[in-house]
Amino acid sequence: MIDLKNLTIKKAHEALIKGEYTAVDLATAYLEQINKLDKDIHAYLEVFSDVLEQAKIADEKIKSGKAGQLTGIPIAIKDNILIKGRIASAGSKILENYIATYDATVIKKLKNEGVVFMGRTNMDEFAMGSSTENSAYGPTKNPYDLERVPGGSSGGSAAAVAANMALIALGSDTGGSVRQPASRCGIVGLKTTYGMVSRFGVIAMGSSLDQIGPFGKTVEDAEILFNAIKGQDKMDSTTIESPKSKVESPKSKFKIGVPRDFLKMGGIDESVVKNFEESLNRLKELGHEIIDVELSNSKYALAVYYVLCPAEVSSNLARYDGMRYGKRVSGSTGIEDYFLSRQSGLGEEVKRRIVLGTYVLSSGYYDAYYNKANTVKEIIKNDYKKVFEKVDIIATPTTTEVAFKIGEKTADPLQMYLEDIFTVSVNLTGNPAISVPSGMKKVDGKDLPMGIQFISDHSREDKLFAVSKSFLGENI
Amino acid sequence: MLGTDDIKKLAKLARITLTKEEEEKLPKEADSILEYVAQLKDITSSMVENKVAGELRNVVREDNNPTETGVNTKNIVANMPNSQDDYLKVEKIL
Repeated sequence: MIDLKNLTIKKAHEALIKGEYTAVDLATAYLEQINKLDKDIHAYLEVFSDVLEQAKIADEKIKSGKAGQLTGIPIAIKDNILIKGRIASAGSKILENYIATYDATVIKKLKNEGVVFMGRTNMDEFAMGSSTENSAYGPTKNPYDLERVPGGSSGGSAAAVAANMALIALGSDTGGSVRQPASRCGIVGLKTTYGMVSRFGVIAMGSSLDQIGPFGKTVEDAEILFNAIKGQDKMDSTTIESPKSKVESPKSKFKIGVPRDFLKMGGIDESVVKNFEESLNRLKELGHEIIDVELSNSKYALAVYYVLCPAEVSSNLARYDGMRYGKRVSGSTGIEDYFLSRQSGLGEEVKRRIVLGTYVLSSGYYDAYYNKANTVKEIIKNDYKKVFEKVDIIATPTTTEVAFKIGEKTADPLQMYLEDIFTVSVNLTGNPAISVPSGMKKVDGKDLPMGIQFISDHSREDKLFAVSKSFLGENI
Repeated sequence: MLGTDDIKKLAKLARITLTKEEEEKLPKEADSILEYVAQLKDITSSMVENKVAGELRNVVREDNNPTETGVNTKNIVANMPNSQDDYLKVEKIL
């Protein structure tokens, strides 16, 4: 029996190299776990039928002595990242049968490493949502309490890792969609610096905000996966050069800023506040310096987001018209085909954002909404820039509360949007941020995870890994 | 305040048909979101520094090494809802 619960990439890699077990054994163990749990959790939209064949190829690579750290490692992929020859539906009916014709750059990199793709994971439709309840294929359940959401939009990936149905996973983060489910499923999730990871082959939602990010049970696993997928890509002109040789040690002592004014905003759960204060104390005891900082305009971040995001959604999703690919519902004319295909293929939240986006971009309101939002975004960016002249890290809770019950917030879209209040700022500013587990809250007899978010300056993921390892006592 | 007619018009512009239920719900939902977003109006122009474009850098590359003609045709055509002889088939436009 392989101890999947305590398995890390390094441990699995060593065992594979030493021949303690094979990649086929490892993949089989994860498949068994999926068979046992996923009918209740529903993290996967599809478990690939060729998992064992992939594992066999990995075993050959290992035998020939060409294995890298990720060879034979089982990974789950969010359903909006293209793998050639496989379905990528983005959790939507309109792409139900869409088969990717090429590999996303991150997938190409992972294939070169020899990973084993376990399957594609559930998500809010086109990544629009904070609970995975907006998936056209039914919600994913939180492994800690099946009556609760795993967070979202990358809820399937987070739940798969938390329930040991994959060792690591990829998600995408547009407003918190990696960090927020990571926090709610008790694992580590990283939103990478804007431009650090290529988005070629990722189904776009908000192109100025979207970023791919890794999930792992440990900081180190997330770091190894991050290092494997990062890098400038000529197929994505928004990518930037990765920094060279700037690597902080987990032993480094950091100045950590806490935006107190921002945390005073209403709606934050008392036990989350208490847990956050305890986390700050732990960081102090570890020798880090905690200072107050001001991010006075961060309170506008969510409002900015809900102008820019729908605006970008309305243009990015114009391509789903049922013509060249995806679901087509035929009417009597070409234009009627558009309407019928979009009506039957797109879900409620997607339509809501398209309509809102169309509104804020319409000529009479463009200045009042879209231009204003972009201006405020610059102000928020400047705030962060100033703070990072003084501190290495900014710390906040990842979410205002633990996972909520399925159906609890679906009636009011604005309530659902407020879930991302702490995570959304850095999608506007492009900074990297990580969520790591910070404790549990007992609700109805069940332990539910909470997370702390660390934010750093652009391209300084190394600082995030260092402070997170220090906080969790990992590999020191 | 967005009325049902406004929503219908926006949906039409976005090539979306709304269900009766959506037509009734959406104006209210949109209003509550727009009301939340309206807090951006608190930011006065005096707080706004000169608006600058983002960091500018050259992202232009040489236009070379094109994909060989036809290598992806089969897979792309296979995704088409309706096709004939490797062409996409749609309803008559005119």
